[in-house]
Parts: sequence; structure tokens; C-alpha cells
Amino acid sequence: MRYLPKSPQDREQMLREIGAASIDELFSHIPDEYRLNRDLKVTRQLAESEIVDYFQQRAAECAAGYANFLGAGAYNHYRPVVVDSLISRGEFFTAYTPYQAEIAQGTLQAIFEFQSMICELTGMEVANASMYDGSTAVPEAVMMAMRITGRSGAVVARSLHPEYREVLGTYSKYQGIPVATVPFLANGRVDLNALDQAISNQTACAVIQSPNFFGTIEDVVAVADLVHKKGALLVVSIAEAISLGIVKPPAEADIVAMEAQSFGVPLGFGGPYAGVIATREKFVRQIPGRLVGQTVDQQGHRGFVLTLATREQHIKREKATSNICTNQALVATMATIFMTIYGREGFKELAEHNLAKAHYAAQQFGKKAKVLFEGAPRFNEFVVQSSEDPHVINNRLLAKNIIGGFPLQKFYPELGNAAVWCCTEMITREQIDAAAQAVAQ
Amino acid sequence: MSDKQIKKVRPHPSQSEGLIFEKSSPGKKAYKLPPLDVPQVDAAKLLGSAQRQDLGNMPEVSEFEIIRHFTRLSTWNYAIDLGMYPLGSCTMKYNARVNEAVARIAGLANAHPYQPEKMSQGALRILKLLSDYLLEITGMEAITLQPAAGAHGEMTGILLIRAYLESKGNPRKKILIPDSAHGTNPATAAICGYTVENLKSNSAGMVDVSALAAQMNEDVAGIMLTNPNTLGIFEEEIHKIADILHEKGGLLYMDGANMNALVGKTRPGDFGVDVMHLNLHKTFSTPHGGGGPGSGPVACKKHLEPFLPVPVVITKPDGSLGFNYDRPKAIGRVRMFYGNFGMHVRALAYIMANGYDGLRLTTEDAVLNANYIRKKLEDVYEVPYKTPSMHEVILSHHRQARQGVKTGDIAKRLIDYGFHPYTTAFPLIVADHGAMMIEPTESESKEEMDLFIEAMRAIAEEAQNEPETILKAPHTTRVSRLDEVTAARRPILRWKPEKT
Repeated sequence: MRYLPKSPQDREQMLREIGAASIDELFSHIPDEYRLNRDLKVTRQLAESEIVDYFQQRAAECAAGYANFLGAGAYNHYRPVVVDSLISRGEFFTAYTPYQAEIAQGTLQAIFEFQSMICELTGMEVANASMYDGSTAVPEAVMMAMRITGRSGAVVARSLHPEYREVLGTYSKYQGIPVATVPFLANGRVDLNALDQAISNQTACAVIQSPNFFGTIEDVVAVADLVHKKGALLVVSIAEAISLGIVKPPAEADIVAMEAQSFGVPLGFGGPYAGVIATREKFVRQIPGRLVGQTVDQQGHRGFVLTLATREQHIKREKATSNICTNQALVATMATIFMTIYGREGFKELAEHNLAKAHYAAQQFGKKAKVLFEGAPRFNEFVVQSSEDPHVINNRLLAKNIIGGFPLQKFYPELGNAAVWCCTEMITREQIDAAAQAVAQ
Repeated sequence: MSDKQIKKVRPHPSQSEGLIFEKSSPGKKAYKLPPLDVPQVDAAKLLGSAQRQDLGNMPEVSEFEIIRHFTRLSTWNYAIDLGMYPLGSCTMKYNARVNEAVARIAGLANAHPYQPEKMSQGALRILKLLSDYLLEITGMEAITLQPAAGAHGEMTGILLIRAYLESKGNPRKKILIPDSAHGTNPATAAICGYTVENLKSNSAGMVDVSALAAQMNEDVAGIMLTNPNTLGIFEEEIHKIADILHEKGGLLYMDGANMNALVGKTRPGDFGVDVMHLNLHKTFSTPHGGGGPGSGPVACKKHLEPFLPVPVVITKPDGSLGFNYDRPKAIGRVRMFYGNFGMHVRALAYIMANGYDGLRLTTEDAVLNANYIRKKLEDVYEVPYKTPSMHEVILSHHRQARQGVKTGDIAKRLIDYGFHPYTTAFPLIVADHGAMMIEPTESESKEEMDLFIEAMRAIAEEAQNEPETILKAPHTTRVSRLDEVTAARRPILRWKPEKT
């Protein structure tokens, strides 16, 4: 086997030195009846060329080369070549968690930069080293809010990503956390009156997404005001992080639970992505997941370490803030490189392009179909309601090598024949015109 | 020549690279967008008060500075590509390059999770084939690839147990966890609404079966067991453990962290396990990436299948593959979309490269390597549990501690010899937090291991003759031991511009 660096002679010599007659002797303490005395029914060894060939064939069955109007929690942004070039260095991708700080300063400094940039972009004071993804960041944020407030329930906007809500549902169901859902208004924003009524003196937090699942930007200031008056915390989820280039950050929130996939992370059929929790300094000891902190070595040189580990499972065991034992370090590094490439000016320009494309597209679609949720600002997504089932429209578009918007019947049947469309900088005017025409047919 | 003899005006720039923010100055750019092909918009008009005015202190640098910066940072990392990484329980094995190459093929890397199923058949076939292979390897009957990491898999598995028991009328109250377990196990049980009860190990380092029989009752939902356990010891009485649990209606959860000791030699499904997770980033070689992403598929027996998270991959009547969301008994979702697909691709490529014979030989080499290290070090370091080792060996600092040299110190000194430390002070059941947990994996050649053994023996000698050298280690790294106490007492968790 080509990955194994031993000759048959090496193996024999090692067995001799151990004093074992055969390799099976080293497995002899596994009771006979459980030993597998046959070959596993998996493939024979494949040559590298065969492996590449297999995956190329599978890739060919996956719509490569199609223009893609899907967003809905996974965004198709251009990934500068530099990102993969750098994270392909073995020193980054074949390193372990940086527990041995002296020989892990590369990962640690990159994550410290990640935390710093997330703070700059979100308006928060501290950010963790990343966690699984945006969906699991939501229940982690809710549990964090419960620890801070000593209260036990959450109120969630129905315009929060439906799959995020499902994940929260799984976590909350088995911990007995009551979760109430609040509807949206005709302008796509959360219904403030309903929110006001839903928050009780036992509500730990309200969770909204902005831009929300329909692309609508919430009035975070007004929501925060209301939530805080009731003594609860505000959690703001961000699924499309590029919005932060041009949309005011949710600085009034207490916890930001975001997805960083838009920052140079491939769509990859849904993962791996990277979630992040950012919050206020005063809540730092309740934040889940790893944190990198700055310190000095014995000579006074600046260096970085994993810190505040007493929150974590390997120290606190069943009393930890979370059972999480991983961050998405490599994905966070990708995001850091991406954020650095665009930087202070590029981020804004990139976000403006998204805004302009989506605005143009909404205008085109609006000529023959109905664009819902007018009256509140949007970023790069919008909802189109048509006379036809969006699946039918999407099938028609496939012939033009276009993947249409995400049909909403499954999650929002009340919206009828509606779909949420996304226009990133990757979409051309030609593609928008072609799609708009198909909707109007 | 010592450093003092070489005149230098300053440290080498590659060693004193600052933070990226410190390289920033207005007007530098690392990006270029194509011309906008739609009319420009007035953001102020569209967004009103929601418009962002500026991006604070986000850096402004050129492309080449970014390459230099992150390349320099990377050289400050140790990595499996550079040398042996004997972290016990972490399975730091070779990350094959073909895995990376296939995960980046455009059709897979750019597949949107919501693109129509008929346009996702390739991705679905990958999920299906990996699932089939993992079921064969584990001897289990149903699987979800959704969990994002090992601890996430644990949570999913325990929720399956909970949902199953609830369907029988009573979710029960407790999970039993051996004292040798990973910290994630008790944290997971707690997050699933269970209280944790400790299960004692016997003097051989295995679960004390008679104590288990005494502890087991109708309040116990299940036991979370790592096998081989964190001492690298196979639980020989695993079936008795399963029987005791099953008799009283409890279920056996196996933490698959140490599956690298079992693949192709024995199957958890055959020795009584009801549900388990796998760490694709350990056993199946997906890269650790400096701390993630991982992937933690959960495999179970038939009776738990109805509770698996939505969606599951199914074969439709026309032979094509699809996702089934209509599963009324499912625990729900544990993550959006379908899990860390990029890791699934890599794990499948690993299985393909190995084949059935390569997988078995891999396991054999992993166990051979651990036993070789044990044999070559047992005269200088104490072996606290004499039971035979599988893929990892646990030593203790007992003898060295008399000179004041502890497991953490020896670990730091290993760095000077060019190795990443083993896992220190875990498992906790080794006396005086003295554990040295060594897992070489199959990826080390005899030559590399001989160097490691030589280093460990040299350090044992230093512990006798010059303990100070060890206590101040490492001596050869870019930074020396870092002040972790101050880091935690006055946390600095982000860069801020200096006040002018």
C-alpha cells in the first residue's frame, strides 16, 4: 500500500524485536468470536488515476458550469486563487489543534487575525476561533444567552433560515428549551408587535437573521431596543457575511452568530463551512468554543495561545459551556485570507456589486412577476412570486444552463409560488436577463 | 558558530512577521473586480440608515504581502508533513494529496447544496458509496454523515438513544461513562439532558464489569465507551458489557475515536455496539487543518434507524438517488444541509486508495508501531497498565517525576528533538496526571520511529542528569514557553490599533 512506509523486512524485524511471532499475536486479546476473518467488502486498492477518474465522473454529474441563482445559506462568491494556494501548504492543513503553542504560532496568529477581523466586521468586541457552521452557532448562542441571563427560552423569527431553526429545534427539544416563533410582515421584516408579545420574563433571547432568509435587512436597532427593554438578549444570525461590506453591522446585538462561508469557502455541497460567535467582552467567559489570546514568551516576545480553556469540555467535562471540541481552523484561515484580500475597500466594492446585481435582477423579474417584501432594504437576495410553480420555471432554465432560485413552498407554503433568488458578483447581466425572461414566459 | 558570533542587525524578517493589520496602509489593494455590467446603484438610497459607512480597521495590503505573510506564519507550525506527530487519541496520519485534489474538482467543490437532486447525482453517489463502505467497516446497519465533528457525532448518537428510549416510554436519566473517557463524552451527555455517572476501571485498565452490573438499572439510558479505550486497551469483555446493558434496556454507545486500531480486524457491530461515531479526520485521514474541519458520521443498528437525522440518502424507484425528509420519528437536524461533504469526498478517496487489504495492513501497522515503541521504551518509562496495547501506548512520568520532570516537560523537550509532543496528562486515570499517550499511527517508518525512541531515551537520561534542560524546554523554537496565566487573566483576544 503506497501510503505505508514499511518494507516486509521492516515489519518482520519489528515483530521480532517486540517478541511476537506474527502480527495476529498483537490482536490476540480481541476475543476470537469478534475477529473478522475475511476481507472487508470494499473496493480493491485503486490507482491514483482511477480515483481521480471516479471523482471526475461524479463531478460531471453535478451541474458544473451552470450559472447559479441559489443562495439561501450558501453563497457562490469568487474565490481568489491565493486562498487555496496558501491553505494547501502542509504546515497549515496537516497541523493539529494548536495546543503546543511554541510550534503552532502560525495557526494561532492566523486565528487571532480571524477573531480580530470578525470583530471589525460585526461591531462586536470578541469573537471565537470559529465553530461548526452558522446553523449550529444558533443553538450555541441560545444556550449562551441562557447562561448569561439565567432564563430558559428563546423567541425566533420565522425569517431565520429554516434549517437553522430545525437545528435549534433538535438542540432545544432534548434540553427542554421552549422556543417560540414570530412571523414576518409584508415588508419581510420581523413583526415587532408579535415579538413584543412573545418575549416573556423567562425569555433568554430573541434570534433574528439579517439579511434574513428572504434577503431583507432587519431593523436591528428597533429590534434590539424592544428586546433589551424586556431584559432579554438579542442574537443576530448572519448567513451572508459579504453583506457586512455595505450593511451596517448589528452592533446593538449581544451575540452575533454567523456563517463565514461567503469568505472564500467553496460551496462544496454544503460543507465544511465555518460558524462564528461574536459578542461583548463582558460575556466572554460564557462563549462556547476555542479562543486564541495574545501573550508573551519568557523573553517578552509577542506570541499567541489557546486561552480561557476552563470553559471547555476537556477541563470542565459535563459542566463545560459546550461539548464542542473543534473549530474550523482551516476554514477560518481561508476566511482570514479572503478578508485580507478584499480588506477595507474591496469588501465594500464587492458588496456594492452584489447589491447592484440583485437590484437590477429584482427590477427585471418585477416586470413580469411579483417581487415580494418591498418597502424594506435588501442585500443580494429577493423573493419572486410567479403564476407558475418555481420548479417548473427552474426546469425550463436548466436547458439554458441556469439553476434558478430556491423554491419556498416547502418552508413557507403561505407564499405560494415563490422562490428566493440570489445574485452575487458571479452572476452576469446576460444570465439575469435570460432568467427573468424564463420567469415571465 | 553560536548566534553571538554572527552579526545581525535584527532578527530575520521571516521570524518577526507582525500582524497583518500592522502591514496595512490606505490605498494598497489585493483585489480587482471586473467592471460592473449592470447599472451602478446608490447604496445610500437603497439601504438608507442600514448603510454601512466604513469598515473600521480592516487591513489594506497587496497580494504579494498576503502570500508572504501567511507563508511566513505557516513556517511557524509543526505539521505531520514535517515529522512524526505522536498525539495519542488524535491519529495524526498522512493526509494523502489525491484526497485534496479530488475534493477540489470544480463540479464537487462548486456544487450548491440546494441544486436540484437530479443535478446532484454525483454528490449523492459519493455519499451513498461512503455510507455503504463505512457500514461494512463498522458492521452497523444504518448511518448519517451529517455530524460536523466527533463531539457532534456523540451528541447525535446520544440523541438517537434518547429518542429510541422515549419511543419506548421513558428516556431515562443517566449515562455511564468510564473514568478514562474523553472530556467530550460527559459534556455531550449533559447537552443531551442526561446526568453523568462515573464508571470505574479495573486494575487492567478496562471497565470493571462487576461494578457495571451493580450500577446498571432502569435509570441508565446507556454507556459511552471508547474501544480500544483511551489507554489503548481493547475492552475484552465488551460483549458482557453489552449484555448487561441490553438486559436492563440500556444501549451501548461506542466512541469511535480509536477506530484506527480495529478497521479490517474486528467490527463494533459484531461485538454488541448499538450506535457509534467515526472521526473521519482520524481514522479516514481527512486533514486536521490546525483544529478542524472534522466530520463525525454516526452509524447505528436497525432499531435506531428511524431516529436518524433528516435527510437520509435513498434510492428512488427509478434508480436515481435522493434525499428523504419524510421521517416522522427522526431526532431532527443536527446541522444544515448534509454535513461536511468535502470531508466525505476525502474519506472515500482514502478508502479507495487502500482497498480492503490496505485498510487491514494500515491497522496492523498502526498496532505494530505502538507496540514497537512500547517495547523500546518500557525499560526507561513506566508502563502504568500492563495490559497489551493496540494502536497507542500509555507511559507515565512516574520515574522522571522524582527529578521534578513531568509529562508536560518531557513533551516540551521532545520539540527540541524535532518531534511534536505526545498527548500529555490524559487519560486522567493515570496517577498524578502523569500520562504520556503515544499514538504513532501507521504512517511512521521504522527509521522515523527509531529517531523518536532515541529522543525519548535521551530525554529520560537528561531527566536523571540535567533536569533543568528539560524544565526550560523548548530551547530551539521561535518563541519560548508562553505565559498562559496572563493570557487567561487579562485576555487580549483581538488586535486593536495603538492609540495615538
